[in-house]
Parts: sequence; structure tokens; C-alpha cells
Amino acid sequence: MSHRYFPHTPDDVEAMLLACGVNNIDDLYVDVPDSLKFKKEYNLPSEMSETEIDRYFRNILKKNRRFETVLAGAGYYSHRTPSVIPYLTSRSEFLTAYTPYQPEISQGTLQYIFEFQSMMTQLTGLEISNASMYDGATATAEAMIMAVSNARKKNRVLISSVMNPTVLKVVQTYAHYHGITLEFLKTDQNGSTSKEELESELTKGDVAGVIVSTPNFYGILEDFSGWADICHQNKALLIMNCIPSTLVSIKSPGEWGADIAVGDAQSLGLPLSFGGPYLGLICCTKALMRKIPGRIVGATVDNKGRRSFVLTLQAREQHIRREKATSNICSNQGLMALCVTIYLSLMGKDGLEESNKISYDGAHWLAKELCATGKLKMTFQSSVFFNEFCVTAHEEVLNKITALAMENDILPGVRIDKDKLLIAVTETTDKKQLEKFIKIVQTA
Amino acid sequence: MNKEIYGNLIFELSNQNRKGYKLPKNDFPDEDVIPEKLRREKEPQLPQVDEPTVVRHYTNMSTNNFGVDTGFYPLGSCTMKYNPKINEQIASDDSILSAHPYQPDSTVQGNLELYFNLQRFLSEIGGMAEFTLNPYAGAHGELTGLMIIKAYHESNGDTKRNKVVVPDSAHGTNPASAAVAGFDVVEVKSLPDGTIDVESLKAVLDDSVAAVMMTNPNTLGIFEKNIPQISEIVHESGALLYYDGANLNPLLGVARPGDMGFDVMHINLHKTFSTPHGGGGPGSGPVGVRKGLEKFLPYPKVVRKTDGSFSIMTDDKESMGSISPTLGNFDVQVKALTYILSLGKEGLKEAGSLATLNANYIKEKLKEYYLLPIEGVCKHEFVFDGLKDKSTGVTTLNIAKRLLDMGYHAPTIYFPLLFHESLMIEPTETESKETIDQFIEAMKKIAKEATENPEIVKSAPHHTPVTRPDDTEAALHPVVTWNDLKQQNNNV
Repeated sequence: MSHRYFPHTPDDVEAMLLACGVNNIDDLYVDVPDSLKFKKEYNLPSEMSETEIDRYFRNILKKNRRFETVLAGAGYYSHRTPSVIPYLTSRSEFLTAYTPYQPEISQGTLQYIFEFQSMMTQLTGLEISNASMYDGATATAEAMIMAVSNARKKNRVLISSVMNPTVLKVVQTYAHYHGITLEFLKTDQNGSTSKEELESELTKGDVAGVIVSTPNFYGILEDFSGWADICHQNKALLIMNCIPSTLVSIKSPGEWGADIAVGDAQSLGLPLSFGGPYLGLICCTKALMRKIPGRIVGATVDNKGRRSFVLTLQAREQHIRREKATSNICSNQGLMALCVTIYLSLMGKDGLEESNKISYDGAHWLAKELCATGKLKMTFQSSVFFNEFCVTAHEEVLNKITALAMENDILPGVRIDKDKLLIAVTETTDKKQLEKFIKIVQTA
Repeated sequence: MNKEIYGNLIFELSNQNRKGYKLPKNDFPDEDVIPEKLRREKEPQLPQVDEPTVVRHYTNMSTNNFGVDTGFYPLGSCTMKYNPKINEQIASDDSILSAHPYQPDSTVQGNLELYFNLQRFLSEIGGMAEFTLNPYAGAHGELTGLMIIKAYHESNGDTKRNKVVVPDSAHGTNPASAAVAGFDVVEVKSLPDGTIDVESLKAVLDDSVAAVMMTNPNTLGIFEKNIPQISEIVHESGALLYYDGANLNPLLGVARPGDMGFDVMHINLHKTFSTPHGGGGPGSGPVGVRKGLEKFLPYPKVVRKTDGSFSIMTDDKESMGSISPTLGNFDVQVKALTYILSLGKEGLKEAGSLATLNANYIKEKLKEYYLLPIEGVCKHEFVFDGLKDKSTGVTTLNIAKRLLDMGYHAPTIYFPLLFHESLMIEPTETESKETIDQFIEAMKKIAKEATENPEIVKSAPHHTPVTRPDDTEAALHPVVTWNDLKQQNNNV
């Protein structure tokens, strides 16, 4: 008998082989040269029952450690995922559909992408959003390529060195292979990107785009006043990597005058999932609409005048333009875009603001209390931060704090250097949990 | 669903006196506000909706969608097989969902072991030395693979190889990925039987070619039987051979890309390894390399130490670089691993064979009605060039739309570009003979209608939630947000 996923009875197989005019399955592989045939068995386990699979994963997953308090961030944050989200996204009409190539039977996917695009443009303050990218890092790399292709003959891109280093590495990789000269803008003593350097680099000419982040890697809100004007005077695009959950509270990329906003939308209700799947957002001005990579959904009417949604502006894409496409991206993060759309439908502006307020208040209170212990100090004393901050201490002190915290069920942050710890607070952590951590720091 | 009652956008259900959230109490002291120049000025317009309304809205929306669980989905090149439910259950384990990607290695040994095991399993299936699971999707895998190839040539001091060769039947992502990786693209023509013309390939191979990308079986579902010879001439020229794994499914248990001479390959876990497509993603596109190329794989990398524990390597001089900040779409990887364990080595082989049987069966049953441009056995998919009778004026698009009326998803249409009326059918192994027989009858009925009542086919679909949306208008006057839509309504 066949495996439980395969409906074929022996009679079915026989009847089908007969219809094909062959005697056995091997006859359907006569075109595969014998020398290439794999005549052994795979060195893999045999078919397992659900009980055995459960046991396999239980035995391995018990080697993971979970923490009651998660203060780790660095681009990915521990937020509550409302129970509505896994419930709705597990509906198989959403889950088991392909890219919406046939709009007549894909209005579900197309409509939520339209809603998603609308929400992303509202958050970023820009006019156009695509249907999503793989993640924030690849979205940033694609924005860099957009800037270069928009500038035609210019090939230099400047990037802030206060960008999340893991994002930076991805952007560097894309730049290296695509033949883009990527140069760093230095960090000033306040942990912000140096504006003087921006000006001097831009006047050297040849710059297609400038990439900065808000909040930046250290959680700092940089003052980008005047940046867009300087970029535009030099015919360079301003690209802003953002944390979208913060954008209801802090100045948006559109308000700073940026041309392209990118970011990882994990902070909008997506589980941490040990690194993915997340969701990359990319938004731009109307002027850049035909340069944006990936899928875009547009509203139209059907032949009976009913509102409908379709994939549109496809002349940018790989299946039409092949090597001349704006990107090689074929998929989007469809289901994750649905998660984010539902999250924002539930939270609205007020919910996000309230969540941000808890995170902001918690982070600022924790920072003060930690500094009061005398064991740590703020790495950047006079900067404005949001819900994440960087502390400095002697390596051995940090080792001790980390070990003690973990013993007490606290993941104390992300160690970004021997003497630096990046700490994030979200709405999932209350004062009691933070008091426990402060005590640990005191005793370390 | 009743579109009249439930067909709103979420924004149209918004009321400023409603909310769908409850947050924990803020027990922290009220901190100073953000300085004004850093504060948001213009309020974003997001919907304010209560929870039951949100649930009903998206539930109704889902009923306007068609998935593999709804019905037969013979979309060629996409391998729309059944997505097992235990995959979802295992992948929703809280110790996976709550793990932060930058937790200390010692606290995520379980996750790292799963990553390592899947990497080893895929290496066995692909006949490769090692895999990275980091790429987020098939196209991302292609890009990673081509970057690996570039890094390989660069490490040999061979910097003039700036071209990538692709056959004219290749997926659009192949040339597009080559362009993003900084290569020029050279296209080679196929022979009338749909396979690569070895002579044309020979003519373009010189010391400027970095790689030749192939899909095998190709996008016509035909096995490239000259692959031993192709591998020989490609390697003689100093180029590497890349395997687009979109069509790996029929070869499970039968042949391995590594044994065919491929140096680098990707696998679409959302095709061959049953993870759901999610309306366009998340996918996962692991990349494998043959012995000798392991050092060029991207970081972060998972390595097993001599004591049996696992760690993440985050930098490596010889590596091609980093294409993702984390270890990729980990939760998708877990689903694929669950699938491999559910099938086991025996089930995997059966999957490939039955996929091929299903495709050949449909081809043989329908070739009397539809034009089969290339005779002979196919693998997991095949292509018709529209109806056999071209006098009716019924096009491939019409046929596709008529299938929607009959409860099927359409096949892939107008791809590959080798024929004018391509209709690419891939049934996969998880469809029963009964389902396939019904589909065959539907296709015959359409062929009959095309002769007897062509209008009904040409004006299809008739029974779908919407019918023939105007995509010309959509592209001419793009309305891509709720804001655009409101402005458009104001202008009318």
C-alpha cells in the first residue's frame, strides 16, 4: 500500500501505467541514463508515524532553553502575537494558496495584500508599498540596487555605520556582487551618523543613495533634519531602514523626506521563530513606483463593475522582463503580510502607541535603574533612545551579569561587543521582571 | 460568501470608538516624551476595529481564495502538493516560536541540531557535500548559488568570467538572479525536442562564462538526457554547472543532481518538501554545493563541534558573504524536516514516481484534444500548446479561466515561452486517480465547448467571486492603497 499522503491503490497504478502504454514505473524513466540512476537507498530514516515524529522533535527541542524574560532585540523583538493571528492564518484557503496569478479565485490574498500595502504606506509616510520582501536586510539591499538603477550612471552608495551589523553584512554582499561601491558614514560620539561626513562625501559626487536607520542599531533616534535636502541637492536618494512598530510615535521616513523606507516588520506581531520567517517592507515615493521590486496589488473593477484586486505593474518583474527586471524576487512573504495586516487591524494606531509607551517607559526606567547600580553605564549618555539602549561595562562584569541572569530565567540582551550589551524592553515585560534583573546586576 | 454584505476593506469597517486590543498595565513611571523634532507629526490612518469584526472580515476574505486543500491545483513548475498538517503542528512548538535568533548557542542546541539534520538530509537527497538553509526562497537560493560561483572563480584569480548561460526554457528568475549577481546573461536555444542544443552550448562556452544554469527535468518536464556530455563540456571550459531545483520532485529516489555533475544547486522546500506556499510565501531555498565548494557557503553557518554540540559561525574569510542576518526561514525548515521524516526514504522515492505517473497519465489521456508539441515520456509535468483544433479561436487564457468555473485552479499559462499557447500541467503525487479522471473530463468538456459553444469558454469565468478584473486599467491608473482608492472615489 502507498504512503498515507498518496491516494494510489495498486489497481490505480496498474490502470494508469496501461493508459500510458508502459509496463512499470521504470519505463517512465527510460530517458534517464542508467549511469545516472541512483541505485542505492537514501541514507535517511524510514517512514515515521506521528507519534514517532513527536518523539523525535521532543527529544531534540528539549535541548532549547526558554526564558521567562526576554530583553534581547537587535532588530527582532519579543512582542505578543494575538491569538487571532495563528487562528486566521492557519485557514487553508490562505495557507495553501499559491501566488495570486488567477485573480478570480485569489481575491482573499489580493485583498489582504492591498490592505497591507495601504497600512505600510500609512506607517512609513510614503505613497507606494509592494506586497513585501523576504526580510528587512534583503529589502535594504534591494533599495540600494533601486537607487543605483534610478541614478543610471552613479554607482556609489553611502551607508551609516550605525546600521544593524547583520543587515550591513547582507547589504555589503549584494553590493560586492552587483558591482556597487558601498562606503560607510562614520558614527559620531553620540552614536549617530556623522552629518559632516555625509556632506563631504556627497560633494565628491557619484553618490546614488544614502542609507540610514531609525531607530538605529543602538536604539537611538537620530536627528535627520536637513538630510533629505542635502541628498536631493546632490541627486542622491535617501533610504531609511526603520522599525515599523515605532513609526506611529516617531518621525516617519516620509516626514524626514526619505525616498525609500525599508525595514523588518517582525516587530508587528510576528513570532521570533529563531530567525524567520519575518517580513521585509519596502515603500517609496510615487516617482519611484516603476523601480520598486516584487509584487504590487492594485484595485480595479471586473467585467460586472465589481471592485476587484489584481497583481499590477508586472512589466517590472522577472517573469516578464527576465534579466532586465528590477529584481529577481519572485515570491513575497504572503502569509507574514497577512499576520501583519491582522495585527495592525487589531492594534490600530492607538494600540501601537500604547504598546510603544509601555516599551519606552520601561526601557527608560530600566536604563536609569541599571546605571544607578554603578555596575554599568550608558554607552551614549546624551542620546535620545526609544525602547532599546546600549550599556557598557567591563567584560568580566558583563560575563557575570549574563550568566547570573540566564540562571534566573532572563535573557539579558544581545552582547554586541565584549564590553557592550544591547537591551530592549517591550510590552511583554513588566516591572517585577525588570526589578529581578536590576537585583542581579547589583549583585554581579 | 456574500460580497454585498462582507466585501468591505478593513478600513471601511473602522470606527474611532472601537479597538481590538488589550495591553498589559503600564506600571512604569511616566517618562519624558520624545523631543518634538523626533516625534511623528501626521497621524497614520490605520483601521480601528473590534476583534469579532476582524475575525469575520478575514474569514470571509479567505473564502474568496482557492488553496490546495480546496481543490486540484495543477499549476506547472509550482509543485502544489498536499501540505501535511503535522508539519504545521510541529513548527508551532513554542520553543521554536519564542527563540530569539541571537540567543547564546548553548540555549538553542535543539534548533541548531534540527538545522544540521535537515542540512545533512538534503545533502544526501541532492548528492551534495553540504547545504546552507539560509536562503529565503528559490530565487534567493539562485542568487546565493551564483554568488558562491563568483566567489569560487574569484578565489582562483579568475576575474574575467562575467557571463551566465541559461537555456531559453529557463524560469525567469534564472536570468534575473544572474543580473542581480552582476553577470551578463547569454541565452541558448532549445532543440525541437525541448532539450538543450549541445552544439549551441559549445559555441558560447569560453573563458568568460562563469556558470551554466539548468533545470532538469526542464520546464517542459523533459529530462535532459545529454547531461553527462553537457557536464563534461561545461567543466572543460572552466565554468560551473548550476541546478535549479524547482523540478526536483520527480527525481526523488531516482537520480541526484550531484551525481549528474552539478556543482551547485538549490531546493525549493515549498515545492518538493511540502511546505505551504502561503499565497506567495514564506518559502525557503536551501543551496547545496559539491565537495570542494563548502568553504564558499554563506554565513551564519551551523557547525558541529568535536564534542557533538553545535555552534553558529558568523564570519569566515573564504565565504561568499552573508545573504541573511539569521539562519533563514527556520520555521519553514522545520516543516520540511517533518515531511522528510513522515515520508522516510521509501516514501520519498514513491513521491517522485507517482508524480511522474500522474503527469504522464494526464498527457496520454488528453493529447487527442490538446496539442502536445513534444512526444515521449515526461517527468512530473508537461506542456500543451493550446487546443489541437486551432480554428475555434479559443486561447489558453480562455481554457484557464473556464477551468476556474469547473472548480480547478488553472495550469501555468504562457510559460515556457517556447510555444505561443503554453499550458503547463503538473498534478503532483498527492492527487488520486479519481480527481485526475474528473480533471481530464473537464478538459475534454472544454475542448468540446470550444467547438460547439466557444463563447462560453471565451467569456469565462462565470461562477467565480469576481469575473475578469480589468488589469489594463489597473496598470494604466494604478490604485495601490486605500488612500488612492478614496481619492479615486472623490474624483468620480
